[in-house]
Amino acid sequence: MSNPYIVLPVIFQLFVAVTLMFSWTNKNLQKLISVVGSLIALLISISLLIKVNQEGIQTMQAGGWIAPFGITFVADTFSALLVLLTAISGLAVSVFSVGSIRNARVRFGYFPILHLLIMGLSGAFLTGDIFNLYVWFEIIIISSFVLITIGGEKAQLEGAIKYVAMNLLASVVFLTAIAILYGLTGSLNMADLSLQVAKVENRGLVNVTAILFLVGFGIKSAVFPLYFWLPASYHTPPPAISAIFGGLLTKVGVYAMLRVFTLIFVPDTFLSSVITVMAMLTIFSGGVGALMQNNIRKVFSYLIICHIGFMLAGLGIYSTLALAGAVFYLVHDIVVKTNLFMVSGLIFKIKGTYSMRLLGGFYKEQPLMSLLMAIPLFSLVGIPPLSGFWGKLLLIQGAMDSSNILLIGFILLGSFLTLFIIAKLWSEVFWKDPQILPKKEHIKYFDELKPLKKRAMLASVVFLSILSLGIGFGAEWVMRIAMTVAENLMDPSAYIQAVLGT
Amino acid sequence: MELLLVIIIGLLYAAGIYMMLRRSLVKLIIGLILLGNGANLLIFLLGKIVKGEPPIIGPNEKMLGEIYADPVPQALILTAIVISFGLQAFAIILIKRAYKVVKTDDLDEMYATDEDL
Repeated sequence: MSNPYIVLPVIFQLFVAVTLMFSWTNKNLQKLISVVGSLIALLISISLLIKVNQEGIQTMQAGGWIAPFGITFVADTFSALLVLLTAISGLAVSVFSVGSIRNARVRFGYFPILHLLIMGLSGAFLTGDIFNLYVWFEIIIISSFVLITIGGEKAQLEGAIKYVAMNLLASVVFLTAIAILYGLTGSLNMADLSLQVAKVENRGLVNVTAILFLVGFGIKSAVFPLYFWLPASYHTPPPAISAIFGGLLTKVGVYAMLRVFTLIFVPDTFLSSVITVMAMLTIFSGGVGALMQNNIRKVFSYLIICHIGFMLAGLGIYSTLALAGAVFYLVHDIVVKTNLFMVSGLIFKIKGTYSMRLLGGFYKEQPLMSLLMAIPLFSLVGIPPLSGFWGKLLLIQGAMDSSNILLIGFILLGSFLTLFIIAKLWSEVFWKDPQILPKKEHIKYFDELKPLKKRAMLASVVFLSILSLGIGFGAEWVMRIAMTVAENLMDPSAYIQAVLGT
Repeated sequence: MELLLVIIIGLLYAAGIYMMLRRSLVKLIIGLILLGNGANLLIFLLGKIVKGEPPIIGPNEKMLGEIYADPVPQALILTAIVISFGLQAFAIILIKRAYKVVKTDDLDEMYATDEDL
């Protein structure tokens, strides 16, 4: 069904960013606009999801060019769900930034860039055109480049170089893949490509193109042999920026993979075994990497990699149950990872360090806040009925059905490693006897902040914690949505019909 | 013409990847630029090269003639050039800043992010 309003989440973020630029010098006004804008964006994306749920897939043909000739925007349940999650993370990070981002960074345009990043993410989720997806990816990476370097500290710049180099390389690989795909089929519309690619006789070339897409998206989503940039850069920017990166940036790669490898390239045995092996090694290397780290933000960075493996495993198994598991896990992971990086920011503001060795006694000093932080930490482990459990349950069921015992072993290993790491982190940071840490001059500690800033930081953590409890206890609803998404992914005919109108 | 382009694209990709594997920051950026140009030429090549047949519908005709140059790859390349121009400008400023702060051009010397606090 044609509906021009589905691009509203994108346009509105652009509007907020431009408004923010007009209030460049007024820091407090910027904070107000950002929070109010994120709230309205959340309402817009909720209404989009409700509309898609009631009336089916919504499409928009840009400029009135009928598909497959123009650029199409498509909102199916998957896109609308991810736009909603983007808005949720965006709101939480925007509120958290009010408390945690230094004024110097605000003066260099932190808030406008944050909203441009969220605009890019929403656009990438909504587009139905493969080249347009590339353009949204570029908008995302250029905004993230600015965010990762803003402030210009030494570690930030070094991390940024690795981040920039790998992301530019990923873009080139992605562009190469698009070029070959266009040469093969003469189309860029994803729904049309789905029909055209099936007709191509040279299956070898199709597989090569698929692998190029896998590499391009693999670098962006940090899967096994391509993830090294992530732990080298995600712990360098301020916590609010790591939160939006950790929550959403790798997930947009996973989204693109789930979309492209269900719609355009339906995995054959070769491709799905490649994806499965990559998933297993991603789970393993992320988990083992996290074991070795001392910096809590690096631990979380490696855990991102580990859990990307779970979502990739769902794609590797390629059944409705497994894909539903991957989607459920994606929902849970966006909320929890955003929250965890904000939690690490809170810990840093209170204690002045990220080092597990130096931290300690947090539970004794801040019992209530520790209980709050326990929610995302234990949701991540997936202790039933918290949110991480259900996604893994579906994944393991899916793997059972395809009798992939090895993959089940790796998923369980990944879960145990996560449990071990979080238990270690809990005992080191929260239960160990506190050490006297020297006060550092350049850090503004939590106690010295104004009450409004304190409340802003706590409010965003509370908001996301309640949400992840909601995902855990209301798993039935989320699971119903995830099953709908998975069924649509397995059988894309509704998507194709909605876009091409035939 | 196609064969020449194929060779040039291959050379650009090879040179780009070779430059990226060097340790110097400047060579990293040069490698990325070469790779980007290679990708642009690849789009151009795979869009089927046709000589002197613009995709314009004449005043007395209803549709395009038999052979015409596909305008889509050119639009794609223009977009990609503009995007990569912006990104490369950013990357060049970034390496300049990084050189000033870290005081080295050698990627092997940049290990502050791997250090244990």
